[in-house]
Amino acid sequence: MPNTFTLIASSTVGSGGAANIDFTSIPSTYTDLVLKCSIRGSRSNAVDSIAIYFNNDTTSGRYPARMLYGTGSSATSYTTNTNYNDEYAYISGNSSTSNTFGNTEFYIPNYAGSTQKSVSIDSVGENNATTAFMSLTAFLYNQTTAISRITLVPYYGSSTILQYSTAYLYGIVKS
Amino acid sequence: MSRPTRIEVDCSTGIESIIELTDAEIAQMEADAAAAAIRKAEEEAKAAAEAEAKASAQAKLAALGLTAEEIAALSK
Repeated sequence: MPNTFTLIASSTVGSGGAANIDFTSIPSTYTDLVLKCSIRGSRSNAVDSIAIYFNNDTTSGRYPARMLYGTGSSATSYTTNTNYNDEYAYISGNSSTSNTFGNTEFYIPNYAGSTQKSVSIDSVGENNATTAFMSLTAFLYNQTTAISRITLVPYYGSSTILQYSTAYLYGIVKS
Repeated sequence: MSRPTRIEVDCSTGIESIIELTDAEIAQMEADAAAAAIRKAEEEAKAAAEAEAKASAQAKLAALGLTAEEIAALSK
């Protein structure tokens, strides 16, 4: 069971926000990767969403996913489309409670291996109201190339990642 | 109006760069937004249709004389 976390890199979004956060030249020396995010999106809604893609690869059909989510009043599960930004996670939108941020963790085992890559996502938006989304998602990056780059991007392309949002990328080695 | 930017973090050096999006990247972002909105609307319409069909089926079962508990048991 992997039991060590090493911070590889982190980023805190500055004033003006960011269209995406791009971790490049990720070393291949770890067993797994974990990306922990605290993010508020600019979408004028209580709910916004975030996704990741690997190695600058946004090719359609390479990210099949299964998602379970709750809205605060109902729960739904479904198989998403297979575009990179369909395996999204929920974060706080800009109409959610002021100064709150959604929390998301992406777990990427065996990222440097030569097999297809499975990923788990656990996310929750923060909102002091009934409407507060949370989700569990599993997706496959169906390519065998080692992952050396991760791009964190809003699902709604016109949304941006707001100031004070953070992303921390950790490497984990097996014990 | 300033151009949107992205953050690039080079994990080999730890250097973080703030980079303005290119015209092509902005166009792609806008296309992604439009496509995402369409897909989201399709997903919501599908979920609404399924919920409507379920409610209709439950109403028909109730009209046949099934209790709410019996109807609930059918969906487990």
